[in-house]
Amino acid sequence: MDCERCKLLTKISECQFILVELNLYLDTHPDDDNARADYCAYAKVLKELMHEYECKYDPLMNFGHSACAAGSYVCSKWPWEL
Amino acid sequence: MWIYMKKLEYPVEITAPNVRMAKALMAQYGGPDSELAAGTRYLTQRFSMPDDRVRATLNDIGTEELAHWEMIGTMILQCMKNASIAEIEAAGLAGYYVMHNHAVFPADPNGVPFTTAYIQATGDPITDLVEDLAAEQKARTTYEHLMNMTEDPALLGPLRFLREREIVHYQRFGECLDIVQSMIPNNNERIRFVARGDVVTSGDACYEGCDC
Repeated sequence: MDCERCKLLTKISECQFILVELNLYLDTHPDDDNARADYCAYAKVLKELMHEYECKYDPLMNFGHSACAAGSYVCSKWPWEL
Repeated sequence: MWIYMKKLEYPVEITAPNVRMAKALMAQYGGPDSELAAGTRYLTQRFSMPDDRVRATLNDIGTEELAHWEMIGTMILQCMKNASIAEIEAAGLAGYYVMHNHAVFPADPNGVPFTTAYIQATGDPITDLVEDLAAEQKARTTYEHLMNMTEDPALLGPLRFLREREIVHYQRFGECLDIVQSMIPNNNERIRFVARGDVVTSGDACYEGCDC
């Protein structure tokens, strides 16, 4: 995998992780408006990063959640491959 | 319903075979305190929880545990990659090889296959959440044991991440237990947790927002 692709995937992973953390916190604190604002802000960033990745490289999600047609969900490297 | 993202939650890149660690890692792939046990436990218990915040937590932590299960499976696969039969036998995995070759199979390091006897869903929210707190601690401890067994940063990175997640999950389950315990009416030794849509009788512990 080339460096640019790697770097973008890392940014996606970092943003995704922030969202997992915020999601779990909001599950027990659904009324925390500050956390919700952060969640929405990062969700927007994730969407943009994923769109950039999927248009340049391959779709990341199945069942219709990755709209971009570039590359192939089936034939790109699977997460457990080196 | 689940959809899939073709990416590990945290990167795993182990380039040198390490069959000894592959065997040890099976504790978290198919053992009693494994990510698989955690995921199936939480995704099973969520059905009988009386509060949306607890349902959401079990649902989402259960989902994250499956992502962790995927990481451990990847670590085992990569640790076994290109290992010779001699190396596999030397690490004590001859029996595993005979039955599974380089497949990744849910069993513990001693070959005991995964079973749902490792989990419970009693239907009592307090009981189930207390089990979940214990489960997170057992997993944290197991990750510490695994980290004690290696100096390899390619293994320590993901193990450290997975250990830290157990601590955060423990925190969230603690909050869920507080939520559920605050639902219990005073002086009520036998309580029935009521969910949205249930018929309520006096003495029931009510779901927040229902008309009790």
